[in-house]
Amino acid sequence: MEPSQATGAPPLAAAGPQRRWGDRVFSNLAVAAGVTILGLLAGVALFLLVESLPAVGASPDQLPGGKSLVDYIAPLAFGTALAATIAVVIAVPLAVAVALFISHIAPRRIVLVLGFLVDLLAAIPSIVYGLWGIFVLGPAAVPVLEWLERKFGFIIFFKGPASATGRTMLVAGLVLAVMILPIVSAVCREVFSQTPRKLQEGALALGATRWEMIRMTVLPFGRSSIISGSMLGLGRALGETMAVTIILSVSGIVTFNLISQANPSTIAANIALDFPESSGLAVNTLIASGLVLFAITLVTNLVARAIISRQNIQ
Amino acid sequence: MHAQADTPPLLAAPTGGSLWRRKLLNQAMTALIVLAFVIALIPLFSLLYQVVSRGLPGLDWEFLTGTPRGIVGGGGAAHAIVGTVVITGVTTIISVPVGIMAAIYLTEYGGKSRLRRWLTFFVDVMTGIPSIVAGLFAFALFAIFLGPGIRLGLMGSVALSVLMTPIVIRSSEEVLKIVPNHLREASYALGTPKWRTIVKVVLPTAFAGLVTGVMIAVARIVGETAPLLVTTGIVDSINTNPFEGRMQNLAVYAYSEYRTPGVMKQASYDRAWAAALTLIAIVMILNVVARLVYRRYRTEIK
Repeated sequence: MEPSQATGAPPLAAAGPQRRWGDRVFSNLAVAAGVTILGLLAGVALFLLVESLPAVGASPDQLPGGKSLVDYIAPLAFGTALAATIAVVIAVPLAVAVALFISHIAPRRIVLVLGFLVDLLAAIPSIVYGLWGIFVLGPAAVPVLEWLERKFGFIIFFKGPASATGRTMLVAGLVLAVMILPIVSAVCREVFSQTPRKLQEGALALGATRWEMIRMTVLPFGRSSIISGSMLGLGRALGETMAVTIILSVSGIVTFNLISQANPSTIAANIALDFPESSGLAVNTLIASGLVLFAITLVTNLVARAIISRQNIQ
Repeated sequence: MHAQADTPPLLAAPTGGSLWRRKLLNQAMTALIVLAFVIALIPLFSLLYQVVSRGLPGLDWEFLTGTPRGIVGGGGAAHAIVGTVVITGVTTIISVPVGIMAAIYLTEYGGKSRLRRWLTFFVDVMTGIPSIVAGLFAFALFAIFLGPGIRLGLMGSVALSVLMTPIVIRSSEEVLKIVPNHLREASYALGTPKWRTIVKVVLPTAFAGLVTGVMIAVARIVGETAPLLVTTGIVDSINTNPFEGRMQNLAVYAYSEYRTPGVMKQASYDRAWAAALTLIAIVMILNVVARLVYRRYRTEIK
């Protein structure tokens, strides 16, 4: 502090009213930003609703395919649920294992690098996953699909005939599984590593092996994180667009057959495929299907987040 | 943290019989977990290898500087590179101020209010909105006022902002939260108003973290395809004006080269892979630089 400043005392009192004014503007801006975000979420629902109303009121013969809105969306919703279910069934066990590996098994020194690698999976754009799925994974999967048909053809999922290109529901679900794995694993990892030390050390002190310690302390402690992580992954898989759009060969049917050339489409993929060439009521119909997708993913995410925030309060 | 109901039955002796069998099970499960990790990373390495080896042949000077305008089944991706920069830039201009202000609200002004609790919850929920839905929202918003045939770069940016803003809020909130309170209190003690404290003390302290968060958020949206398919359309010449005419980014370019290949199919596929490689390079660079920025410039808080 220089002496000259000490003599010219800062006019504290004079700054009073201005200070109030600046504070008011700034805090109002901050509140406005917060309200904007909530308004945005409401706006998404509102504008989708407004733009889908024409399709709701229209008669079936005006809509694409000459079907009623429900008949149009139902097979798509089925395909969406099927693809997402496959993804979750494949991804969750792997993601839990990956989380356990990083939180409890891998050497401390390389944990950061491993975490970064898994995060990279989440950073890759979905269009790249799509290209990889159709040009690399699909062709590579054909022998496996044929094998599944031969050996397990009696199960409804593998009835075949096996696709010769690999553009099947199973491959699409597999790619979705890779895409959601980092999300599920991140949620699990976070909670696994917070397992109270006293529980873990207690288990080890009682003579448990490392796996027994994990099974008796880490997994029960992280159970709700596995559930919420799976729900988040499910939400992501339900709404994922480009990978499915590119990989899946669609025919609008409803089937549980996962390895054939004829597959149900998903809501998101159907929008991406048809929207650019649609006009009039067809656009409104697609937006209505988008509204259904929005509602499904919103509920999924609400449940997942509710589980997570309840966990945090505990 | 006491999880009453969830307390595992520690005193119930570990099941599974002899020590030898329990050790074997331990080994087996450890091996299984390591195996699962390796399996999970196979797609990553396969994908990176394929993108590089298939993308490099198409990644030449013409790809970076030419456009397909007036060329049948050829040309480059300059228009898509320009489109990527403009669309992503406008998205950032929209998302960053709103996102950081909302984060400031959450950490500095929210207190225990209901709005704060709602906002925290719904920001998380919003990170789960499917990208195609964000695209449809932007389309619906503009179509109501400008008619259903409308396609603009700005529409794409609005759609991407719906996806980017929650990410910016989340990461900014995290870094603002770790600015220690004694810095704020020291500033108040000097008579500095709250808003000047935030602008001159809190934000500079958190600056490296904020930049890192924004860069990672940009990396997240720079490769988006679906929302742009329904808002910015497909185009074959350079357009730098987000307020007029169609526009396309590298991801949409890769998709359209794959979807509607030219007469020479392989050349189109090569260009799609080259665009994929360019995108991955951009995403990787953003992610790595973001982490370096944080390491290099973060304010050491003792």
